Amino acid sequence: LDAFLHQLLSGLATGGIYASLALALVMIYQSTHHLNFAQGEMAMFSTFIAWQQIQWGVPYWAAFAITLAISFVAAFIMERVVVRPLLNAPPLAVVIVLLGLLLIFNGLAGWIFGYTIKAFASPFPSDAWYGGPYMSSQEVGMIFVTLVVLALVFVFFRFTPLGLAMRAAAQNPVSSRLVGIRVGWLLAIGWGLAASIGAVAGMMAAPIVYLDPNMMASMLLYGFAAALLGGIDNPWGAVLGGFIVGVLENLAGAYVVSTEIKLTVALVIIVVTLVFRPFGLWGRVLVSRV
Amino acid sequence: VATLNDTTAATAVARARGGVRPWQPLAVVVVIVLAAAVPFVVSDYRLFQLTQVLVYAMAVLGLNMLTGFNGQISLGHGAFYAIGAYTTAILLDQTGVPYWATVPIAGAICLCVGYLFGLPALRLEGFYLALATFALAVATPQLLKYKALDHWTGGVQGVLVALPDPPDWVQPIMALLKLPAMQGSQWLYMLCLAWTVFLFVIAWNLLRGRTGRSMIAIRDHPVAAATMGIDTAIYKASTFGVSAMYTGVAGALGALLAQFVSPDSFDPFLSVRFLVGSVVGGVFSISGAFIGAAFIQFLPNLADSASKLAPEIMFGWVLVALGAIGIVWTGWLSMRRAAAFGRLVGPVLGALSIAAAVVGAGFLLLPGWAGWAPKVVPPPQVIYGVVLIALMYVMPSGAMGLIRIAGARLKHVMAAPPGIHGNVSSATGAKEREHVGS
Repeated sequence: LDAFLHQLLSGLATGGIYASLALALVMIYQSTHHLNFAQGEMAMFSTFIAWQQIQWGVPYWAAFAITLAISFVAAFIMERVVVRPLLNAPPLAVVIVLLGLLLIFNGLAGWIFGYTIKAFASPFPSDAWYGGPYMSSQEVGMIFVTLVVLALVFVFFRFTPLGLAMRAAAQNPVSSRLVGIRVGWLLAIGWGLAASIGAVAGMMAAPIVYLDPNMMASMLLYGFAAALLGGIDNPWGAVLGGFIVGVLENLAGAYVVSTEIKLTVALVIIVVTLVFRPFGLWGRVLVSRV
Repeated sequence: VATLNDTTAATAVARARGGVRPWQPLAVVVVIVLAAAVPFVVSDYRLFQLTQVLVYAMAVLGLNMLTGFNGQISLGHGAFYAIGAYTTAILLDQTGVPYWATVPIAGAICLCVGYLFGLPALRLEGFYLALATFALAVATPQLLKYKALDHWTGGVQGVLVALPDPPDWVQPIMALLKLPAMQGSQWLYMLCLAWTVFLFVIAWNLLRGRTGRSMIAIRDHPVAAATMGIDTAIYKASTFGVSAMYTGVAGALGALLAQFVSPDSFDPFLSVRFLVGSVVGGVFSISGAFIGAAFIQFLPNLADSASKLAPEIMFGWVLVALGAIGIVWTGWLSMRRAAAFGRLVGPVLGALSIAAAVVGAGFLLLPGWAGWAPKVVPPPQVIYGVVLIALMYVMPSGAMGLIRIAGARLKHVMAAPPGIHGNVSSATGAKEREHVGS
């Protein structure tokens, strides 16, 4: 039972990373109906920026805050410059542009920071009181940070005027524009927020998976799976989906099959679930009108 | 003007009935003859690349059918390519089936697998379907490495495939044409060309007729299509099957060409490349598959050689290109007198474009200026990404989409009296754009 508990809890911890990434995907999907394929690479690049600052001697939490700010601004500009001209383009063209962004970020990271695998400092000391036999302090800290991010996102959308405006813009852009909400700017802000959330995911994941330009390739897949399992238009669903995917993957790897194909098993389970609930576990079912 | 109108109307009617323009069969025959002459004039390496283009074209055509004509996104066609390739490899390795018979067998197996996968996929739409198919692409290399299948798949090592020899009846023909004896690689090219022609003719017949119209109707409005009496479930699953069959045949021929199959050559990125080829060529087109296939075959090499150029030369060309595009764009905007094109934007845009072109030309031609160019060239991957994004700005509905829109504009400008073409032609363009994707 001990081993089972250990697997379950470390699954929850990695699930936290997937949950943050899924949350970032949902943020962008809700406002623009695009799945951002470059989200993982953007998070990876943000993590490299944080790593560079720590190398320069900036204290961890200061670097954390600066990275969030840089990610926000960079993604904001990127939305305005790269994605906005494609407002009326067919969805597949947008998919290809986002794949192009993925390639660019991946190549730039390797070019600027190199392909050697780097260790990334953990902000949570390994002998902290909240670390225990079942979970390391890093894992506890990761779950805690995920929950804090989720709470902040919830408060932002529920209790601030900007959050209200963003919800309105996502639900009905035309009417929102008519009552004076600048929908275009809000979409860019959505991108910025998503990039910041992704940066948190990257910085939390880096101490465990180590830092290199390809660290996010599989992470992003899990993030997608989590977001779609939970329902792509439901932030709570995305976070729950993240934890489910994390646990599922860990348990499958430990008890069902060898670790090489645990990814396959987890994906098959997710796809089968989707066949029975085509809009995710907690997604809104779309009814088509004729 | 009247005669022009009549001809356009007649052509439009002919096209709507799935008819053929008079010059089209002739053009196709000429292209096939030229393509058949290729292996005797190019080097071995080029021949390999061109054979690969044919193979990719079949795979991309399969994806076009599914995504462009039927509206089902697939990020997992690399899996069907892998199934086709492994079918051929295993049959050649373990049984006495001749190589030419393995290709249709691979196609048939992929048809069944694709149909069966298409059944649960019926319930998924949009990104949910993209995830399910992508899961297929991710699972494929892992399953191929799986221990229990080692006996057939050879595990991580993969399976070697022999390059087929040309059959005996070919050599007398070659002697008759006064050409040297045919090599294995040339024969394989001919085989791929034959399969490509065969599959494209089938696709053309399938998509131009009643079946194709049903597929498009399902893409554009499933409920209305069902009301009109189309069995959407059968059509969607069958489209998945046929699409997988095309990609499977491509995979089988690809295995013969590469002479080797291993799990890592079928990573998820292969599926992404097929999608890129499909969209760049024009997802709602048949002949666009060739453009897309050439793109995914040659662009990585081009990006590679671009990143090896001297910085001033590369940046010089980029600036000249940007300047030229800017000048054309300025001219076009000022001709159309677009609303957003104020008194300020035009001159500024024009001046910037001219400046960029001049600086770029300076980098290329004047040794003194070259010193001012940036000193480093970005890696090929970044160049590839930038080209991809730039292409999607220029032609969001792919190369064939661009040609179609340009053709419609041109026809309109020629047919209509001057002065009114602006609005109507842009409406045609918008309509074309709507067709693609979905």
